[in-house]
Amino acid sequence: MLKIKRETYKQIISSAREALPNEACGYLAGTSDTITHCFPMTNTDASPEHYSFDPGEQFEVLRKTRDLGLEIIANFHSHPQTPSRPSEEDIRLAYDPNIAYGIISLVSEDEHFNLFRIKDNKVIPEGYYII
Amino acid sequence: MEIKLNGKQENIENNTNVADLLKQKGIQNVEMVTVQLNGTFVNKEDLSNKTITENDEIDFLYFMGGGSKSTVRQKRCYHQ
Repeated sequence: MLKIKRETYKQIISSAREALPNEACGYLAGTSDTITHCFPMTNTDASPEHYSFDPGEQFEVLRKTRDLGLEIIANFHSHPQTPSRPSEEDIRLAYDPNIAYGIISLVSEDEHFNLFRIKDNKVIPEGYYII
Repeated sequence: MEIKLNGKQENIENNTNVADLLKQKGIQNVEMVTVQLNGTFVNKEDLSNKTITENDEIDFLYFMGGGSKSTVRQKRCYHQ
């Protein structure tokens, strides 16, 4: 079970809303099982239906997290028009077995955020609570 | 020899190239990752030609992407 700092949770949600109508994306970092930092990143696809990270920006964030003594715990992206669960495309492209994949749905006024582990095309929900 | 892999000290055999190292770390498909050697991107076609030397710093990151189209229906119901 992961923990997410309330301020970080708010940052995830606000970055998803700011990116509308496109999908937002980014990394979530912290220590051990606690997510304390949100790093919104450029969606190079600039699309309401797809996202890709910029590799250069990925390395910048990686080094920033290291400098802060953090590790990357999860990524996140938004689904502006669909529920908070992995699409076929999300599962197909979930290569990293070491992190959780977060999805925020903005379908309703009250956003929904879920985390998943995705490995070998299998999706396992990862619980979390806000601290 | 000692190298730094993703920020952590590792000991690897001499004359290891980057492609070999990725395989040793379970990366079968190099399309999945982007690699930097001492802070410089390594083209995928060069991964086998880049021999790692003592104290090199190698970082690799997985491709991150996806899309909301064609959401998979799942047995369990999550929030929304």
